[in-house]
Amino acid sequence: MKAFIKKELFHIFRDYRTMLILFGMPVVQVLIFGYAITNEIKDAKVAILDQSGDVLSSRFVSKLTASGYFEVDRTLDHPSQIEPAFREGRVKQVIVIPSGFGTDFGLQKQVTIQILGDASDPNTANMLKTYTMAILNDFQMQELGKQSLPVDVKVEPLMFYNPELKGVYMFVPGTMAIILMLVSAMMTSISIAREKELGTMEVLLVSPLRPWQIIIGKVIPYVALSFINALLILSLGWFVFGVPIIGSKGFLLIEVLLFIIMSLSLGIFISTISPTQQVAMLLSMFALMLPTILLSGFIFPVENMPTVLQWLSNLMPSRWFIIIVRDIMLKGSGIAYLWKETMIIFGMTLFFIGLSIVNFKLRLD
Amino acid sequence: MIQISNIEKRFGEVTALNKVSLSVPRGELFGLIGPDGAGKTTLFRIISSLMIPDAGEAKVAGLDVVKDYVAIRRLVGYMPGRFSLYQDLSVLENLSFFASIFKTTIDENYDLIRDIYVQIEPFKHRPAGKLSGGMKQKLALCCALVHKPELLILDEPTTGVDAVSRIEFWDILRRLKDLGITIIVSTPYMDEASLCERIALIQEGRLMSIDTPEVVAGSFPHSLFAVKTNNFFLLLNHLREWKEALSAYSFGEYVHFTPGTEQITERAICDFLKEKGHTEIQVNKTKPTVEDSFMSLMLKKQNQNAS
Repeated sequence: MKAFIKKELFHIFRDYRTMLILFGMPVVQVLIFGYAITNEIKDAKVAILDQSGDVLSSRFVSKLTASGYFEVDRTLDHPSQIEPAFREGRVKQVIVIPSGFGTDFGLQKQVTIQILGDASDPNTANMLKTYTMAILNDFQMQELGKQSLPVDVKVEPLMFYNPELKGVYMFVPGTMAIILMLVSAMMTSISIAREKELGTMEVLLVSPLRPWQIIIGKVIPYVALSFINALLILSLGWFVFGVPIIGSKGFLLIEVLLFIIMSLSLGIFISTISPTQQVAMLLSMFALMLPTILLSGFIFPVENMPTVLQWLSNLMPSRWFIIIVRDIMLKGSGIAYLWKETMIIFGMTLFFIGLSIVNFKLRLD
Repeated sequence: MIQISNIEKRFGEVTALNKVSLSVPRGELFGLIGPDGAGKTTLFRIISSLMIPDAGEAKVAGLDVVKDYVAIRRLVGYMPGRFSLYQDLSVLENLSFFASIFKTTIDENYDLIRDIYVQIEPFKHRPAGKLSGGMKQKLALCCALVHKPELLILDEPTTGVDAVSRIEFWDILRRLKDLGITIIVSTPYMDEASLCERIALIQEGRLMSIDTPEVVAGSFPHSLFAVKTNNFFLLLNHLREWKEALSAYSFGEYVHFTPGTEQITERAICDFLKEKGHTEIQVNKTKPTVEDSFMSLMLKKQNQNAS
């Protein structure tokens, strides 16, 4: 067994591609998700069509830019310039301030400000609109002072667990799920399929090694490497992005280990049904990676999916893992709250191990 | 050591083995001779417990290959036809890995592999994938031998190996046989047949003849002539088209010609070829080899199938 593990480590460390996937990818993915793919608005380019041109309108514009969310890309002189500005693609939103803005505001008449969004990217357009309206509300309060409405209902939202709504808080658990799934399931399935493809499985089968010994020997190095990966992702999150771990770190690591074992058993199952490395790779990619990314709630919220997909997403182990990790890290939840999710992953583990045992062949076909 | 009776194995429509019976006594060097796709690998996989036969029974050292496969896997050293070692591991790493999965060490059975191992030892830190064909086969043999098996199963060990290495390889096999190891080896090369103690000819899943190479060669039922002229290509065609011909096929630089009747002599063949315009004609009666027997058996079978 020891010899088997040693041999497996030789395979891993001698293949630079494997090494690159194992250790390069987690780092790159966390950094990409952390920095690039974020829903936060920062310095969005807007154009202003100020038909009023008075003190009040320029005060509004400077309030807009002072927020840090917007940056005035250009000022327009005529409504006909609006479309060309969008077409160019840089400007995401145009704000039209009507003539007599300051005067009407002073007379407490109804004032209209028009917000035009580039909805070719609906999420951003929507978000920019919301931000602008919030700033406008703020501006209105400020200018009117206390003399406004007789009854004043003030909304004070407070976001629990992630008060600044940082995207990276969401991406660390998600990335961890993807990476662990990839490393554990894909790498083991490929490495077992490789033995079949190169004919070495034939020699292993003829040896007195029992099938479970072959499998355990294959899997242990990947458990260790996946665990190191998980630590790497958590520390990247902590040191680079400041993602906290509020809950018990020990409990978190146990859950991580459980998920790793789940992914490995899935990988073994895949390898039992794929004759070559290519099949194993394609199966892992399409059966694991895409659903993990799309259906686990990592990028698209499960609540917004059609019922069928919501139902499907229940079958995604990573969906439950993401909930577990997020709750431990951000809410500090313990087993009392997460036992259900834990049991689901545990059940899936047993299911795939069972399936692999049934499928593993003592002989050649 | 091996008892096989009426083994059958089918892959879908194809019958890989058709009622094969065979027995190999302990300590024999037994050869399975036949072209690609004849069923050699399938038979070896059944003997080494890697495949289950559809029908029939196979025993190795009295153990059933289906029921007692765990015990058999300890006794057998198996070298598959394809190079099946870890290409990214070095010679030494491969060898010690295979030693340890059989719960032994290189030192423990070093006597057995020493003769072979010394030849590859200078390259012991080289990855197995970067060895030459002959070296790879020697390493694979070492790996199959390192646990001191009682039965060594070698599937086409000399395919793709240069002539010198092939001779060396057979020398090694004979030495192993002298140590008391039963060896069954398959090969598509007829010339290797004479190096075995007994051989079986296999074709399309059927064993055609099992005996010593001498007897198999001697069983050739006709007279045989080695013919050579100035134009090899036309010679083959002319002899085949001749009404007196039973068979003609190339054999090295000669054509091996079998006439349909025993009345045909060297003289008659010479006259026929002169008539066809050949010069530098050589015709000699020759002793049949295993290959000639094999060709004649194959021919007989084809005729049976045709009629």
